[in-house]
Parts: sequence; C-alpha cells; structure tokens
Amino acid sequence: MALARIDLPHEARRGELVEVRIVIQHPMETGFRRAPQGERVPRNAIHSLVCRYSGTEVFRATLSTGIAANPFLRFFLRATQSGDLDFWWLDDDEVQGAAKTHLVVSS
Amino acid sequence: MKRREFMGSLTALAVSPHISTTDPLVYSFTKGRPVRPGRVKLEMPPLAENGHSVAMTVRVDSPMTPSDHVRAVYLIAEKNPVRDMAVFYLGAHCPRAEVSSRLRLNGSQQVVAIAELSDGSFWSDAAFVEVREAACTDGG
Repeated sequence: MALARIDLPHEARRGELVEVRIVIQHPMETGFRRAPQGERVPRNAIHSLVCRYSGTEVFRATLSTGIAANPFLRFFLRATQSGDLDFWWLDDDEVQGAAKTHLVVSS
Repeated sequence: MKRREFMGSLTALAVSPHISTTDPLVYSFTKGRPVRPGRVKLEMPPLAENGHSVAMTVRVDSPMTPSDHVRAVYLIAEKNPVRDMAVFYLGAHCPRAEVSSRLRLNGSQQVVAIAELSDGSFWSDAAFVEVREAACTDGG
C-alpha cells in the first residue's frame, strides 16, 4: 500500500489560487534495473493519477518510468468551496492508491 | 512558386526547432499538426549531479479561460528508454497552467515540453540538462 503526503494550505479564501503538492511513496520501478542475483526487476510505475476536488476532476496525469521514484507533483486549483481533495492512482501491478485531504474555504 | 514566396511560407509555418512532428511519439497526439516554439517555458537545472531525480517545472502562457486554456502538457525525453515521460491534463478549471515534478534522466539530454491549447494549436519548449550520472540503465 502506497503512502502519500499532500501539502496544501489548510484554509483558503473563495476564488483564491491554491498550490497543491503531493509526494507518493512508490518505487516507480523502470524494468531495467537488476536485483543483486541478476534477475530483472519487473517494471512497476504509477501510470495514472487523478485528483478530484469536491467530486469534480481538477487534475489528471499519465506518468511513466520517466518520473523519479516517489513521484512528486505540484499544480494549482481555484478554491471554490470547502471540500475534499481526493487523489487516486493506479500502477502497473494494478494496485490502486488513494489519499485524501480537506480544504476549508472561507468566503 | 517563386523562391521568395516559398521561403516566406516556410517562416510562416515557424516549425518547432525542438522536435520533429513526424516523430511517431509526437505524431500520436499532434496528428501531424504543426508545433510552434513559444508560449511554453520548461524550467530545469542545466546541470544535474545524477539523473535519478531532476526538478522540472513547466509553465504555459495562457489566460486559462473557458475559451482559451491549456488542454494538456506532454513531456518527452530525448534519450530515455521510455521517451514519453508524462502527460498532464489541465483545463479551463485550472487557474494557472503550471505543473512541477521530478524526472528521471538517462544521461545528458534535451527534454521537450509540448502544450496543447484549447484552439488545437501546439507549442513547445526544450531544456538541455547535463547529467553527470545517468539513471535507469546503470543499475540505479
């Protein structure tokens, strides 16, 4: 189970620009690396990531092994109302991950 | 066609110097439409100690309104075994067309960012990164 850390201001004013940063604990295995015994470590990278804010999609990314291990992403969204920020991702092993945080919006 | 007219038509196309539009990977999303230089700013350090994690910020000059916004940003590595690094899907709801991440680079190379705008145009920028120790293929 992947762990993730989401960093965003706990409170924002309505209409304000909010910077969202997320780091997901994931090896983003390239498939080119070899284990000490010489066998290839199979590729396993997060290939899709979606962020929903109060149920609506605000950011989506298709990633590959070109993204460093423990992928970091930073993007912006517009604060409209208090709501949950839901992250969901899927890796090559079909393992899903999710992380959630709450954004409080004051008018 | 006169030579001067022909040369004029070439400059009007303003083909991106960063990538080839006939590159199968680029063609897969541009479908042969021209990619012009400008409007995109790809920020990467010129020198990286190793290629395991190199900071990247891509910024697109766009008002991000329903009529004029960035649909997607494509990141392409020139020399990685997997060249399509990432695609970031933005939209009119995104207040600022700016995305950051950390990339894995297999040696010194040029990274290209291509932005697809809501009017269907494509814009590009490139950054050359000198990598002292490559990622990916040397066991890293």
